[in-house]
Amino acid sequence: MSRDTEKRSGIVEVSGKTIVPERDKDRPLVLEAMHLGIDFGGLTAVDEFNIGVGATEIMGLIGPNGAGKTTVFNLLTKVYQPTRGTILLNGKDTQGMTPASVNEAGIARTFQNIRLFDKLTVEENVKIGLHNHIGYGMFTGMFRLPKYFKEEKKAHEKALELLDIFDMAGEADVRADSLPYGAQRRLEIVRALATGPKILLLDEPAAGMNPSETEELMKNIEKIRDRFGIAVMLIEHDMKLVMGICETIAVLNFGKIIAKGTPSEIQNDPGVIEAYLGTKKEG
Amino acid sequence: MDKKKMNPASKKAFMNYGLVAVFFVVFQVLLSTKNISSSLAGQLVPMVAYMIMAVSLNLVVGISGELSLGHAGFMSVGAFSAVILEAALTSGMDPSSFNKNTGLKIAVLVAAVVCGAIMAAIAGFLIGIPVLRLKGDYLAIVTLAFGEIIKNLLYCLYVYIDDSGLHFSLDPSSVTGTTVLNGPMGALGVKKISSFAAGIVLLFIILIVIQNLVNSRSGRAIMAIRDNRIAAEASGLHITKYKLMAFVTSAACAGTAGALYALNYSTIVPKKFDFNTSILVLVFVVLGGIGNMTGSLIAAAILTVLPELLRQFQDYRMLVYAIVLILVMLLTNNKKFKDLISNLFKKKKAGEEVQK
Ligand SMILES: Nc1ncnc2c1ncn2[C@@H]1O[C@H](COP(=O)(O)OP(=O)(O)O)[C@@H](O)[C@H]1O
Ligand SMILES: [Mg+2]
Repeated sequence: MSRDTEKRSGIVEVSGKTIVPERDKDRPLVLEAMHLGIDFGGLTAVDEFNIGVGATEIMGLIGPNGAGKTTVFNLLTKVYQPTRGTILLNGKDTQGMTPASVNEAGIARTFQNIRLFDKLTVEENVKIGLHNHIGYGMFTGMFRLPKYFKEEKKAHEKALELLDIFDMAGEADVRADSLPYGAQRRLEIVRALATGPKILLLDEPAAGMNPSETEELMKNIEKIRDRFGIAVMLIEHDMKLVMGICETIAVLNFGKIIAKGTPSEIQNDPGVIEAYLGTKKEG
Repeated sequence: MDKKKMNPASKKAFMNYGLVAVFFVVFQVLLSTKNISSSLAGQLVPMVAYMIMAVSLNLVVGISGELSLGHAGFMSVGAFSAVILEAALTSGMDPSSFNKNTGLKIAVLVAAVVCGAIMAAIAGFLIGIPVLRLKGDYLAIVTLAFGEIIKNLLYCLYVYIDDSGLHFSLDPSSVTGTTVLNGPMGALGVKKISSFAAGIVLLFIILIVIQNLVNSRSGRAIMAIRDNRIAAEASGLHITKYKLMAFVTSAACAGTAGALYALNYSTIVPKKFDFNTSILVLVFVVLGGIGNMTGSLIAAAILTVLPELLRQFQDYRMLVYAIVLILVMLLTNNKKFKDLISNLFKKKKAGEEVQK
C-alpha cells in the first residue's frame, strides 16, 4: 500500500505504551481510557481497557463478534456506566456525565444498528445534531421572534453544508427512514459530526455498504479528519478499510486488548492472527 | 411568505389556520342568519373547547410519544381556577351592569383563562418532574390517577366569598356568604362570559403556539426523542427537559380549554372532567390520526356535535354514531384515501408546471 507510507508521518510513542501519529505528539491526547471495565452480572464484557487517542488520529478497534467493541463505545459515551476505570476527555474526567453531557463535552458516535430519527427528514436529523449550536429557546420558537428566522436559516445552511460532504444535500427533504441503507449510515455520521465533536466514534460504518460505497467512505473519513481536525475511532470488520485508513489499531478479544500497533504490526502479530485473522475472516 | 419556499410542515400549519377560519365563518353565518338550532348553538363553545383539548393532547401523544390518560384533569384544574378567579374578580359587582360592560367582561375572561392555563401548567409541571425522568410508560398510569385525584379533591372543596374575602374550606358547614364551589355540586352562579368568538381566538392562539413549537428547534428535539431516545441523548439532547416542555405546554392548553368550557355554563360539576372525558379526547386524537393536528380538529368538531345532530334519529343514534366513527377513522387514517387525495393535488400541480 503505497498510499499509507506517503500519507502517514509515522507513529511515535508518548507516555509509556500509548502511540500516536507524529503530528499529534506535542498535543494532549483527546481521549484516554485507563483500566476501563464493565461486568454484566457475572460476565466481564470489557476489562483492563487502556488506550490513548491522539488529537487527529484515526484509530481502529477490531476483534471478533462479541469481543466487546460496541460495549467499549457504550462505556465511552456513558450509555453504560463503567464498573471500573477512568475515561479522560481532553484530560478531564468524565465521571458522572450523562450521554448528553458527554456529547456536549466532545464525543459523538454512530450506532452499529442504525438509530436515526425515522419520521424526521434528513435535514432535520442533521439539525438535531446542530441542536446545541442553534441559539434560540422555546418562547422564541413559539412566537417566531426574529431570532427564530435568523438562527433557522443559519442551521439550514450549515446542515446542507455538512450533508454536502457525503453528497446528500439533494436528499435534505426526504424522510430518514426512506433512505437506502448506505445513505442511512452516512446520515448518522453527518448527524454525529454536526454536534461539533472532538472525537468521532463510528461503529461499523461500512456494514451493508458495497465496495464502491466503502471506498468513498474511506476517503470521506479522511476528509472529515483533515477538515475538522478531529480524531476518529472506528469499529470495522472490513479489513481493507481498517488497514487502509487507520494509523493505529487496537485488537479486542474476550473484552481484553490483545494487541496495539500500526496496521503492519497488527497484520504480522501472531496472537492476532491466531485470535482473529487466522480463524474466520469475520468472527 | 413565499408559497414556493414553504416547507410541508408550515403548509400544513397554514391549512389548519384556514380550516379554523372557514369553520368560524360558517358557524357565524349560521348563527347570524338564525339557521342553527338553539341546542346546536349551545354546543359551539364546548366544541371549540374539545378542539383545543384534542390538539393539546396530540402534542403529548403524537409529537412527544407519551400517553396521558388524565387530560381532563388539567381541563378541570383550568375550569375551576377560572371559575374561582371570575367569582373573586366580579364579587360585589352589580350583575346587570357587569353584563352590559363588554370591555370588563373580556378583561375578566382573559384573566380567568390565563389563570386556568397557569394553574394547569403548574399541575403538569409537578406531575411531569418526577414521572418524565423515568424510562417507560409511567405517564399513562400517573395521569390516570391524577384525573381521579383532582375530581375527588374538588368533591371535598368548598369555596365561598364573604365580607372578609375569598375562603377555601374542606368543611361544608363553615360556608357563609356567596358560595362559589360547593363540593360535589361544583361551581354555582358562574357568569357566562365565554363565547364562540372568544373560543375561536383561543383556538387560533393555541394552534399557533403548538404548531410553532412543533416546527421549532424545541419541537424537533421533542420528536427526535420520540423517534429514538438513545440517539437523541447521544446527540446532546437532555431528555427530561423536552418531554417536560411538551407535557407542560399541553397541560396549559388543556387548562385554557377548561376555562373556556366552564365559563360557558352557569353551573359546572367536577364529574364533568372525569376519566370518560379523558378517553373521549383520546378518541378524538386516535381517530384524527396520531400526530395529525388537522385530524384532531375535525374529529373533535364532528364528534362533539354529532350526538346533538343525531337527536332526530332517536333510536338509531348510537348506530349512526358508530358508523360516523368508522368513517372519520377511514378519512383521516386510511392510506389509500390519503394517497387518492395527494394524487389529486399532485395532478393539479403537474398541470400547472406544464402550463408554465
Ligand atoms: N446490556 C448488556 N447486558 C448483558 N450483556 C451484554 C450487554 N451488552 C453487551 N453484552 C455482552 O457483552 C459482550 C460484548 O458485546 P458487544 O460489545 O456488542 O460485542 P461486539 O464486539 O461484537 O461489538 C457480548 O457477550 C454481549 O452479549
Ligand atoms: Mg458491535
